[in-house]
Amino acid sequence: MIKQRYQSIIVQTICSLLIPFIQLFALYVIFHGHYGPGGGFQGGVLLAVSFILQRLYLGTEVSYQKFPPKLAPVVAAIGMLIFGLAGIIPMATGGAFLDYGNLPLLWVHGAELRYLGILIVEIGIGLAVFGTLVLIFDNLVGERW
Amino acid sequence: MKWLSAPLMILLVALMVYATSGLPDHADPQAPANVHVSPTYIEDSVEDTHTPNIVTAVLADYRGYDTLGETIVIFTAGLACVLILMKRKFNDKATISKHHSSDHL
Repeated sequence: MIKQRYQSIIVQTICSLLIPFIQLFALYVIFHGHYGPGGGFQGGVLLAVSFILQRLYLGTEVSYQKFPPKLAPVVAAIGMLIFGLAGIIPMATGGAFLDYGNLPLLWVHGAELRYLGILIVEIGIGLAVFGTLVLIFDNLVGERW
Repeated sequence: MKWLSAPLMILLVALMVYATSGLPDHADPQAPANVHVSPTYIEDSVEDTHTPNIVTAVLADYRGYDTLGETIVIFTAGLACVLILMKRKFNDKATISKHHSSDHL
């Protein structure tokens, strides 16, 4: 893995222009899963790709400050925790496992609550996939972290 | 016994073709797979979850347990990759230090 910035003004300009749009599209894919193709897995992969592209063109010295490699497993674990809590908390309030209709959110009820539960679960999946892919990339390129 | 494998294979293929002819047609609305839970999903998913995308409703709500398993598989695979690659890094360090010590000697 190169420590320095990629030495080409074209690559630098294109990457720095593309990355915000890739991240925006990733968030769109995660949050638009209710209405079209998409969801947590695809959006998480896009989000991971944006950070991997940043690592490739910025070099490790700068990009590790923007997203530290130690943060990737933490983000993945937080995503898994969100999904697990969305499953376990309804059991504490008298529902079944992963029964979003019993999440303790008082201002929404019934179908709206299940809608919100799907969104929470998709965000958890997205974070887990994003963290896992960045973690695998950081370990494949073999930089000490 | 080598000559036995060809007729055995032909017999198995014939059995499979015979079994395939008993399957329902492709996209047959009266097929058993299409009359069990699919009509419930198609009719009730918007009312139950306010989600127009039936695929998302099935994946994240009706079959949420399956999606939880998939996410755990991805997370565990990532952790396993890290463990394997970290072991390789440690081995490299061990060989390097061995070389250094042999140079020293």
